[in-house]
Amino acid sequence: MNEKTDPNAARKAWLGLLARCRAADLNALWAGAALAPDHTVLRAPEVGSVMVRGRAGAVGSAFNLGEVTVTRASVRLASGEDGHGYVQGRDKLKATQAALIDALMQTAQADAIRAAVLDPLQDKMAQTRATRSAKAAATKVEFFTMVRGED
Amino acid sequence: MYVAVKGGERAIDAAHAWLAEERRGDASVEELSVPQIREQLKLAVNRVMAEGSLYDPDLAALAIKQSRGDLIEAIFLIRAYRTTLPRFGGSVPIDTEAMACDRRVSATFKDAPGGQMLGPTFDYTHRLLDFKLVAEGDVPAAEEAEARDAQTPHIMSFLDREGLIQTEEDSDTTPPDLTRTPLELPATRDLRLQSLTRGDEGFILGMAYSTQRGYARNHAFVAELRIGVVPVEMDIPELGFAIEIGEIEVTECETVNQFQGSKTQPPQFTRGYGLVFGMSERKAISMALVDRALRWKELGEDNLGAPAQDEEFVLYHADNIQATGFLEHIKLPHYVDFQSELELIRKLRREAQANTAPQTDTLDASPLGGETACRATGGSFPGKMKEAAE
Repeated sequence: MNEKTDPNAARKAWLGLLARCRAADLNALWAGAALAPDHTVLRAPEVGSVMVRGRAGAVGSAFNLGEVTVTRASVRLASGEDGHGYVQGRDKLKATQAALIDALMQTAQADAIRAAVLDPLQDKMAQTRATRSAKAAATKVEFFTMVRGED
Repeated sequence: MYVAVKGGERAIDAAHAWLAEERRGDASVEELSVPQIREQLKLAVNRVMAEGSLYDPDLAALAIKQSRGDLIEAIFLIRAYRTTLPRFGGSVPIDTEAMACDRRVSATFKDAPGGQMLGPTFDYTHRLLDFKLVAEGDVPAAEEAEARDAQTPHIMSFLDREGLIQTEEDSDTTPPDLTRTPLELPATRDLRLQSLTRGDEGFILGMAYSTQRGYARNHAFVAELRIGVVPVEMDIPELGFAIEIGEIEVTECETVNQFQGSKTQPPQFTRGYGLVFGMSERKAISMALVDRALRWKELGEDNLGAPAQDEEFVLYHADNIQATGFLEHIKLPHYVDFQSELELIRKLRREAQANTAPQTDTLDASPLGGETACRATGGSFPGKMKEAAE
């Protein structure tokens, strides 16, 4: 899927980012942006689980691996946009903030929200991931073959 | 037979109060925090998540603290908590090819495309106690190197391309779930894999080891072992498309096993599969070996009568919460059960002493009656434990 073929790609990307980011990071950016949009709650934050599936042999038929905790919430802005938050873990505040950001991203405030919240979140997560990959790369084995001398 | 017994409430309250005090230990030693357990006893946290069947590091760390480090007790707490959660749905099967690998090794190909990365491993350590850890101190930063940008391909896919390995049939049907429907035999592979991934690490390890020692030996090579983070996606009805709802660390092990052929097929390698929450490579390798052993029927192999080939034996004894529930219940009051046994043996002894030649039919009938009663109690209890655990 890429942005050209999937009309939902952009929304998928920000919802995925909000789901995976650390609650403390989101909360700090949320507070920093001083957002307090007028809204009604469509679905009060609810903690539940999602059954994670794997595939036999990585590519075969699906099987149930175990569950993961997820919190979800839905809101409607006074201007009419609906926002949905599905976030990993058991954090009702994070789910509500994610739903509000999802809704705000559908308004004229989108660019401001992206600059104030989503981009810094994305940068931080990319940085964490790059550091881990770099540490993994440092443990890469460089094989060499011992040549037995004949003379 | 169970008869309600009253009393002992005060003793129980006092026991639990003492438990809380003992859990805290010496008050002059700093208290352990849940984040400390989550960060510094991560492999214990991983095991509790895998066998508790719930990925939530904070909850697993709390369970470990509450259980004083008794991991089976912690797993029990997680299983019990899990039953209180509404289930929002099932994920799209995770794509382990998209894993950000911390570790990735192959025992079959030295020059695996994507390279071999050891990651934060215990392998090649000398297993000597490190007394430096007694003193607190800063840890030097790990080295960094330039990372590849591309996905790491599965090694199996190269063998697959050449047709050298048995193919896996892709299917997107919703797999059966043993936490919703009691496990029935014969079990399909999807159910076996679910049972193995949440099974007791020690039990699965023992079963896997038995295949290596010759009880249904299947000559496994670790084609690939990878550990890292994968995103989890789920279809969201209110959105009408799938989004990432989180990311989890998993360990995946793929084994290449002894080849087999038939009248219609040329010889091919076969495969075993292990996938476990967290960094749990002993468990993932064990799971792959046991998965392979249990596949004897679908691969047209002989039943050698080995324990690891017996799915009833493996699957019905792999769950440590069911096992410990039934095992530990025998320490709870069985006064009435035992009273009847006591009366029976006294009666038999009286009869034996009264008659120099005892009547054989009374002797035969009575112990059998006792045995049946015991089995009946035994049969009902795992059911009760399962309800509590699920």
